[in-house]
Amino acid sequence: MQEALRFQSVDAEPVDRADIVVQARQLRRGSEGATRGLSLTIRGLRKSFGDNEVLRGIDLHIPSGQFVAIVGRSGCGKSTLLRLVAGLDAPTAGSIAFGETPRAQDVRVMFQEPRLLPWARVLSNVEVGLGRERSSADAQARAERALVEVGLGDKRGQWPSVLSGGQKQRVALARALVSQPRVLAFDEPLGALDALTRISMQQLLERVWRDQGFTAILVTHDVAEAVALADRVLVIEDGRIAQDVTIDLPRPRRRGSAELAALEGEILKHLLEGSEDTQ
Amino acid sequence: MSLIDSLPRRKAFSSEVDAGSREENASKQKSGAPFRSDRNGSSSSAPKLPKVDGLIPWIVPLAIVLVWQLACVTGFVPSRVLPAPTDVALAGWKLLLSGELVRNIWVSFWRASIGFVIGGGIGFAFGLANGLSQLSAKLTDTTLQMVRNIPHLALIPLVILWFGIDESAKLFLVALGVFFPIYLNTLHGIRTVDPQLIEMGRIYGMTDGELFRRVIFPGALPSIFVGLRFALGIMWLTLIVAETIAASSGLGYMAMQAREFMLIDVVVLSILIYALLGKLADSASRALERLTLSWHPAFQKK
Ligand SMILES: Nc1ncnc2c1ncn2[C@@H]1O[C@H](COP(=O)(O)OP(=O)(O)O)[C@@H](O)[C@H]1O
Ligand SMILES: [Mg+2]
Repeated sequence: MQEALRFQSVDAEPVDRADIVVQARQLRRGSEGATRGLSLTIRGLRKSFGDNEVLRGIDLHIPSGQFVAIVGRSGCGKSTLLRLVAGLDAPTAGSIAFGETPRAQDVRVMFQEPRLLPWARVLSNVEVGLGRERSSADAQARAERALVEVGLGDKRGQWPSVLSGGQKQRVALARALVSQPRVLAFDEPLGALDALTRISMQQLLERVWRDQGFTAILVTHDVAEAVALADRVLVIEDGRIAQDVTIDLPRPRRRGSAELAALEGEILKHLLEGSEDTQ
Repeated sequence: MSLIDSLPRRKAFSSEVDAGSREENASKQKSGAPFRSDRNGSSSSAPKLPKVDGLIPWIVPLAIVLVWQLACVTGFVPSRVLPAPTDVALAGWKLLLSGELVRNIWVSFWRASIGFVIGGGIGFAFGLANGLSQLSAKLTDTTLQMVRNIPHLALIPLVILWFGIDESAKLFLVALGVFFPIYLNTLHGIRTVDPQLIEMGRIYGMTDGELFRRVIFPGALPSIFVGLRFALGIMWLTLIVAETIAASSGLGYMAMQAREFMLIDVVVLSILIYALLGKLADSASRALERLTLSWHPAFQKK
């Protein structure tokens, strides 16, 4: 039964030049118990902190397995929205519903800071991500697999303090992935990295998303990053979704291509106009 | 967790460097992050003179003893002011043979440890309780902060009235002196654990017990060790004062007896033994620290 579900998710993937590779990966993961992403429906979502009304009615449907990027000016409520989706805060009004009732380990968040335990070795840090299944017999094997997935298999016995910023963030990604979540929310996970590390991290994010088929919600202040990675870019302004842009370009996308630049320019123009209005 | 300590972290010498860096390159390509330079690979180890390194801290103490001996032998310092190191050593040898020295050291050591365990234990418990529970903190913290402002040695007259020169008097004073540094630093350690890490632990479904064991306690440990080191210093100080004023055994008592009989070599010997015990306690806590805080950048690469 599980098998059938997984093959559906393969069909649901966008087909492109690398589809054979993707299918091979899906098949490989299939025997490891991968699950498909959860869909997400948000209705009339509001959130206020005292008098400060941050989100003023968000309505949104995210289909299963979609990669959504959320952009907007600093302080517009991107993190607030993400925390609501991840269940870290309670909404003031409105509802967030998943396609199925998620288990605790089905929704994971990754923050700008890696938030690794400095006193635990890399592998133990990844094991933390297993949640209640931490003490199961195959915990270590699963953590190791997740580390290999992000290309840090050889760092399992290191302390986090000896890793570079990008490596720490990859450990945090492995920790988020190890429970094979069905929704993965990223809050500017690459914001603190240098330009080159960012690009290789973006490629890694895209790869694991395609491998595992979770629903991805990426908050970023980098519009170029948003259009390069996402199926769909949402622009938040004044507590509402001001723009909903579908990025219908084949993957893998070439950074700096004319189409990407055009889309980026369009979204940026909108953002800048918005900021002029309010000033 | 610390079982993984044995994984290779040793720096390679010249002939091994090539193999090491090749491996590093290979892993970089595999990991898909070719732009990162690996910190492990790029740190150069300066040439070391390992034997001499360990001896350097002892040069100054040895020189002082030597000068001291010379000053006494030449009569520059009269032996009634300060006996020569050899005389002190001789006095120590005699006391050792009579069994008096061992007995007194043992008594002092026993008082110090029992007092430390009692005061430190209670301080640690209050630190944990007030760090973890708002209610407990509201209930007791202000009171404890007020008591803290009383210098515990000022209580000596009162303590003698209460307990006489009984064992309990010394234990009480040591326990009281040790309590506050442990309490304050445990509390501080727990309060300053990174809230982002605590949130992370909750997101990943840690129970309260797990959260304490895996996040809060390890996070508070560096601060707890600061308290421990402070407390050890206060422990000896309190004991010296208490034993010189009100005791019928122990190192302090031995020194006071020797003073009455003008045995200045024994007085100096007691002082030196106190210094030695203090140093020993400090080294022990440092070793423990190195063992449990091996993850800390300050304790790596040494
Ligand atoms: N816990 C909180 N308490 C009070 N105000 C908050 C809290 N979290 C966020 N805010 C406010 O909500 C607004 C949006 O914050 P945030 O979602 O972090 O923005 P960003 O889009 O930059 O991620 C800001 O004005 C911020 O001050
Ligand atoms: Mg934010």
